[in-house]
Amino acid sequence: MMASHTFLSLLLFYLYTLHLVRPIHCSVGSNGFDTTSIPKEEFSEELLLKPLPDHKVLAHFHFTSTSPPSSSNGKHHHLFPKSIAQLVKKYKIRELELSFTQGRWNYDRWGASDPLSTANAKPPGVELWALFDIPTKEEIDATWRNLTHSLSGLFCASINFLESSTSHSTPLWGFLPNDGDLRYGALPREAVCTENLTPWLKLLPCRDKAGIASLLDRPSIYRGHYHSQRLKLRSDRLNGIVIEQTLSVVLQPSDRTSWSLHQLFKKSLTGKCALAKSSKVFLEIEGNLGSQNENILELVGDADMVTNDQHDHSTIYQYNVERYSEHEALDIRVNWKNPLQVSFPQAPLHASRFLMGSGNERGSIAISLQSARNTTKGLYDGSNNCFTRVVIFQVVPWYVKVYYHTLRIYVDGEIRDTKDVVEKINVTPSEDKVSPGTLEMMLRFPCRTISAALTLDFDKGFLHIDEYPPDANQGFDIPSALVSFPDFISRRIYPDSIRSPLLQSYKGRNVVKSYTEVLLVPLTTPDFSMPYNVITFTCTVLALYFGSMVNVLRRRVGEEERLAKSKDKRRPGLIPLLISKISNKVRGIKEDSANQSQSSQPILGPKVVFKVVLIALIAVLGHYFLNAN
Amino acid sequence: MPELRRYWPIAAAAVLFRLALVLFPGDLNLGSRPEVATPLSSLRRLAEGYWLKQSSLSPYAGSMYHGSPLLLPILGPLIANRIEGRPMYFYCSFLFVIVDFISAILIRATGQKLFISNQQNNKSLKLPGKINLVSNLAKENAGDVASLIYLWNPLTIVTCLGSCTTPIDNLMVILTIYGACSGVAPLAAFGYVMATHLSLYPAILIIPVILLLGHGPDAPPSKLFKRTIRPFSWKPIIYFVVWALIWTFHVLLLCSISLKGVGGLHEMFRKTYGFTLKVEDLSPNIGVLWYFFAEVFEFFRDFFLIVFHVNILFMLLPLAIRLKHRPCFLAFVYVAIVAMLKSYPSVGDSALYLGLLGLFASELADMQFSFFLFFGYIGVTLLSPVMHNLWIWRGTGNSNFYFATGLAYACLQTVLVVESVSSMLKHDRMLKRLVSA
Repeated sequence: MMASHTFLSLLLFYLYTLHLVRPIHCSVGSNGFDTTSIPKEEFSEELLLKPLPDHKVLAHFHFTSTSPPSSSNGKHHHLFPKSIAQLVKKYKIRELELSFTQGRWNYDRWGASDPLSTANAKPPGVELWALFDIPTKEEIDATWRNLTHSLSGLFCASINFLESSTSHSTPLWGFLPNDGDLRYGALPREAVCTENLTPWLKLLPCRDKAGIASLLDRPSIYRGHYHSQRLKLRSDRLNGIVIEQTLSVVLQPSDRTSWSLHQLFKKSLTGKCALAKSSKVFLEIEGNLGSQNENILELVGDADMVTNDQHDHSTIYQYNVERYSEHEALDIRVNWKNPLQVSFPQAPLHASRFLMGSGNERGSIAISLQSARNTTKGLYDGSNNCFTRVVIFQVVPWYVKVYYHTLRIYVDGEIRDTKDVVEKINVTPSEDKVSPGTLEMMLRFPCRTISAALTLDFDKGFLHIDEYPPDANQGFDIPSALVSFPDFISRRIYPDSIRSPLLQSYKGRNVVKSYTEVLLVPLTTPDFSMPYNVITFTCTVLALYFGSMVNVLRRRVGEEERLAKSKDKRRPGLIPLLISKISNKVRGIKEDSANQSQSSQPILGPKVVFKVVLIALIAVLGHYFLNAN
Repeated sequence: MPELRRYWPIAAAAVLFRLALVLFPGDLNLGSRPEVATPLSSLRRLAEGYWLKQSSLSPYAGSMYHGSPLLLPILGPLIANRIEGRPMYFYCSFLFVIVDFISAILIRATGQKLFISNQQNNKSLKLPGKINLVSNLAKENAGDVASLIYLWNPLTIVTCLGSCTTPIDNLMVILTIYGACSGVAPLAAFGYVMATHLSLYPAILIIPVILLLGHGPDAPPSKLFKRTIRPFSWKPIIYFVVWALIWTFHVLLLCSISLKGVGGLHEMFRKTYGFTLKVEDLSPNIGVLWYFFAEVFEFFRDFFLIVFHVNILFMLLPLAIRLKHRPCFLAFVYVAIVAMLKSYPSVGDSALYLGLLGLFASELADMQFSFFLFFGYIGVTLLSPVMHNLWIWRGTGNSNFYFATGLAYACLQTVLVVESVSSMLKHDRMLKRLVSA
């Protein structure tokens, strides 16, 4: 056992040095190993470029690593990132997706129902969900907490804030159908930058030193209008662990009519990552250009393959990176002769979400669904009525206290009975400082619906001063809602001759979905500088109550009468009265007898004078001796 | 029995005035005022609880509803049925008008009981001639005055229309006092159990109720009588305890039936009493505790929670000792203290004790600071919404302004309670002087 390990690692080391010296096509185990029975770890890199209608360009980097299920290499990995493998093993993750996004995907212009946008358009900030292979709910929660901390360390992000029960939820079917083993959390305000990208790149075997990832010039990609970096992993007994790392950026070329790979990234692609099984660049043009492509665009750089998808929705140009080298870098240049007129595939309904109301006491959340121009299709039920089903999944933090009974649904401007429209609803109301509110709702609209809207009223919560973030007056973010259309599947089938994990993923039955905007809810703030004042004022009022009540209850009748009597008498001045009281105390004579004897005795007797002088003398002496020491 | 002339027309006018406001076409939106509806009593939250229950969830799921599960089947359907063009809680407002009227009638009846016992006591003390010197109000029936004060108090009207369950809570407290005053142990026990079930704080009324049942209604200090006219009788108290146990059993049974399968009684106690005692909701109200607990350091929170709640309990015994001969008045003082120190106070609580205050109009006739208190109440009720508006809606004010009105309000209530106790004690002293003279 030991010997075989040593041999294997030696072999790997040998191969690795070979790669460093001279990049050759790599194939593990060609030296006498039986490679047919042991599946290999594989890595492939791809880049898909897609011109968008508003003269922007979408660059979608797609890296796939797979690790076979059998642990033939023990705990060691050849290509596959060890940290991820450990994560999967330790937390028994079945599926996980983590995305960091800056900016918002423009569903109107950049497409909403093609596989690329349904899979890669993500809500702003961080979104994390995971499916676990763990039976009990408590264990899942504990594992989720550990997972958030691990990921937080792994990606240098505040994912650990998803640990608390106030920030993650357990959707049952609104997000992804599951048996209660899914956890979902989102941090809409998380800023995404290079410190998140670097650890993400570390998971790639060539990092950004070679291959397609070398195009990732930081200033270029962070200049984009949309930036989403994603990690998705699936693990099962049959296929082992598969991780998909994608980075989608929407860039604005400097020139409207022509752009090239080099212009976009300020870098050239000089060859593949030597460890990659395949390395390809695709250019996908929406719409079937067919023979007219000469009139619309001119491509500089010849593609290895041009093909259309099954339904002729798009044309794809394929470039194999391995053909290129430092001497002959791959550069794709697109010159537009005429603007692209094709409208991108839209979701059946365009979703947007906004807040209504003013003031810091209450408000309403509204989700509006507008019919897209080109879709009228839907499903037909038994009585041949056409309808469209819409699933809305929304998580609301606890300080936005939603009244679910105020749900109102408007279809084409008219209020509808919720029973007619809502097919299925699952509400988990928020609990103060414990859990967020989750709303999963399946709606059913007639196909001819032009617009639909739903509103929910809420009260704004009031927080303890420690619960406010440092920028309390900026407001609080409500994570994006997810609107999905379960009857609409986005898939695009390309010929099998193109072996590409990216295009394979296009074939998956992805439900068309879109994320809504993040909402910013301003909450009232207390005065943060006041805690001591508030404590003292409140306690003063309480003391006032307590003291005066005790005073009233304690007062006796006799006392009052005495007071009244003493009022009748000619009162001596304040100072003589005080002195007399003190002298009475000192002599230990009761007040009543003192009053009687007041007239006969002088106030300051010789005894008192003597005592006062004695005490003063002692004090002076004491002071003198203390100072002398 | 002397009656206030034109009592019924004035009472009817108050009811008609309420009905006119209920039928008022626009939505007055009083239910969203923090002064009127608290998290415990808001009908909007009750509607949410009802909705949750209808969707086969626990009504206490989430942190919306904190009221009694027994209110849900009564008020829930009334809320769910809406008429277009009418305010949200149209039917409930009607119900609350009736509830308010019943409360006023019960206050009046309590006043009559007090009046009769007062007359008897005066006779037995041979005071009827002398008492006229003290107060000319003594001849009038304080019950009528109190009842009308309750009906026409703007705070009561606002509470009645403000879509909150406080009128029901108040009715139960008044029912307790009435039942105990008239010596009907089952009624007193019912009111007591229900009031405690609905809002916990009336639990402290056990002391005045026992004194009322044992001694009978308010009387001058027993020392003044040459011989004790009514010895302390334990029989009605045992009745009361037995009935209280029966009612408690019934209430708990009904609650557990209504919460069967969705949380059970444990969750109910946690979400109602626990919510009250822990001051979990920090939304502004006319009290001072919300701001205190929003600002106080987390590690002192438990300490101050205990301090504030113990403050209510602390005064119970001293007051009971000094005022044991006047259990009705003792009940009023307790109610006022609770209104001042409870975790989610509303103007409805003030409406209750101000109504009860009218019962002692003749005894408290020479109360000090009454002018200051009267205008203090007016000032605070006018300023508080202004400050709230400036802070929450306009954003030009600051939370401290609103809190200041809350502080002023707490001070006013303190002065009112302390002064009323003080003048009641003075009144007793004066009686003693008159008897011994």
